[in-house]
Amino acid sequence: MSVTLNKKQRRSLYRIIAASVFFAFAVLLSANGVYPKLYSSYAEFLLFLAVYLVIGGDVLLRAGKNILHGNVFDEHFLMSVATIGAFCLGQYPEAVAVMLFYQIGELFQSYAVEKSRRSIAELMDISPDHAYIERDGVIVSVNPGELQVGDHIVIKAGDRVPVDGVVIAGSSELDTASLTGESLPRYVGVGDQVISGCINISGVLHVRVAKPLSESTVTRILELVESAAGKKAKTEQFITRFSRYYTPAVVAAAVILAVIPPLLLAEPFPVWIERALIFLVVSCPCALVISIPLSFFGGIGGASRSGILVKGSNYLEALSKTDTIVFDKTGTLTRGSFSVTEIHPVGMLESELLAYAAHAEAYSSHPIAVSLRAAYQQTVSTSDLTDVSEHAGHGITATYLGRRIAVGNAELMQELGVNTEKDSPSRQGIHVAVDGRYAGWLVIADTVKPNAVYAVAELKKLGIRRVVMLTGDSSDVASSIARELGVDEYYAGLLPQDKVSVMEEILTKQRAGKTAAFVGDGINDAPVLSRADLGIAMGTLGSDAAIEAADIVLMDDDLMKIISAIGISRRTMHIVFQNIVFALGVKFLVLILAAFGVANMWEAVFADVGVAFIAILNAMRTLKIMR
Amino acid sequence: MKKSFKLENLDCAHCAAVMENGIKKIEGVHDVSISFMTRRLVLDADEGRFPEILKEAGVICRRVEPDCFIKE
Repeated sequence: MSVTLNKKQRRSLYRIIAASVFFAFAVLLSANGVYPKLYSSYAEFLLFLAVYLVIGGDVLLRAGKNILHGNVFDEHFLMSVATIGAFCLGQYPEAVAVMLFYQIGELFQSYAVEKSRRSIAELMDISPDHAYIERDGVIVSVNPGELQVGDHIVIKAGDRVPVDGVVIAGSSELDTASLTGESLPRYVGVGDQVISGCINISGVLHVRVAKPLSESTVTRILELVESAAGKKAKTEQFITRFSRYYTPAVVAAAVILAVIPPLLLAEPFPVWIERALIFLVVSCPCALVISIPLSFFGGIGGASRSGILVKGSNYLEALSKTDTIVFDKTGTLTRGSFSVTEIHPVGMLESELLAYAAHAEAYSSHPIAVSLRAAYQQTVSTSDLTDVSEHAGHGITATYLGRRIAVGNAELMQELGVNTEKDSPSRQGIHVAVDGRYAGWLVIADTVKPNAVYAVAELKKLGIRRVVMLTGDSSDVASSIARELGVDEYYAGLLPQDKVSVMEEILTKQRAGKTAAFVGDGINDAPVLSRADLGIAMGTLGSDAAIEAADIVLMDDDLMKIISAIGISRRTMHIVFQNIVFALGVKFLVLILAAFGVANMWEAVFADVGVAFIAILNAMRTLKIMR
Repeated sequence: MKKSFKLENLDCAHCAAVMENGIKKIEGVHDVSISFMTRRLVLDADEGRFPEILKEAGVICRRVEPDCFIKE
């Protein structure tokens, strides 16, 4: 671990070292009793007072200033009263030691905070610092902020993509890890979109700027994560409110402790005043006030690094309590693109049937045509293709290699007077006829994502009670996909507005303290995304409406990201509760011990700065990314 | 109007909470949030009075932490 301190911290460190040496010297002197008898107590007092002022002067000054401003109960005040009290009781070494430890603790604390701030900044270090633009054939370096839509920029290997754009020349591989958490490089060529923040690994790319920097992905991500801290989690708000009452309460207890027992029990005042002073030292809520927001921020930062943008600590908290997840089917659980899943030729080979179908559809841009050509896998030549005519809503007829081909649904076959086989499906299939004879059928379906079954099973393992699927598809299709995936419930044949009412119905059935999340790919899900307790948009770096409406944005459409997001949220909440229990536990323990006269000042200082330091270290664990 | 600023020299988490509460009480402030971790102040306030509100907020910050100031 490399230690770099800022100016303030360095000054504090030097002061601590000087005061420590001075302090050791003073303790030695008083232990050996080298002072001339007559002056001993004065000399001792002055010596310790000098050390005290060196180490605690600034604390006294701050306390004084704050009292003038009306902020009485802050840590400077508490430390000042506690140490001055110790001085008055004649415990010089204790007074100095407490201040010294307090300062060491503060230094550690400040270092830990600074370090976590830096690791967060590093996490966010995805903004490009320069761009190369081509002007009149000359390549010049400019500030990415100056780029305008339509500009032609050049991205060299090793550079970050400065703004979102489209590749117009060249090809390369992009490292998208800092955006999506995906470690495999992505290949891009002419016509592909490139997203700002990715790193160009291999070739040179010529890109036409599609969005200025202020609207590019990189800026949006940074804004989202930076403003995430604005939406505070309930736990976080609770701690802030709690600390407002906690400190005055402990201070009041300290006053009571200092006055009542000595009066009632007729015991000496100094004993009880010392116990009261210990109360004051312990009363600072710093450990909680720093470590809880830090834990949340760490969680958000860690999540963003694995391609999960969380728009506020409150959403991270809500995610950890999710027990119902509602998925929109298309594009989320399924690929959202069609592919040929079954081929049933009649009187010819599978490859022949596919070749006829793919060629007949050579000119079409219909999703079905695209999937047919993709399934054919070979180049579709249009040289032997003539007489292509489209039968709207039914299919296509064309002449290929001199043969009349018809590709379409059952209605098309009927229209052409072709008898379909008895066992061929009437609705889902794409039928093919060659020269008026039935040639077979193909089934084209939206396929389930490769890891969807596994992801649903994993969600169950994480304790998600209900997994629901919503879709606009017919009941038949929905039920077979639901069965394949293992989801608990499905709602089929829904229009976009129906999805909102289904979501509302699900929300009313939610158990108290548990949340229901909706996962959609965002294209027309914005209303449902905003209606759910927690809206999760998937693979939608391009879709503005979804990013606006969602509370959590997954940067690619990998379902496993939901599993990691839940893992991160639970881990963060776990660490938050650990810190609450640990900090309050130690503090209350020391308070009780102090009330019975068992705890001393040293333990009190540990309960303040020591606990804060440990809690910060613990909070920093949230920054670590789970894989 | 909502705007985000940077708080330089923000060193104490408790102070951030105190500043936040103080700024919330300024007239015309709809919402304010200070993140200790990112040292960011997000201020949502009346457009017309924004500059004055910002000035007052600066005074509050300085009072809580003497060397802390708001930077655009």
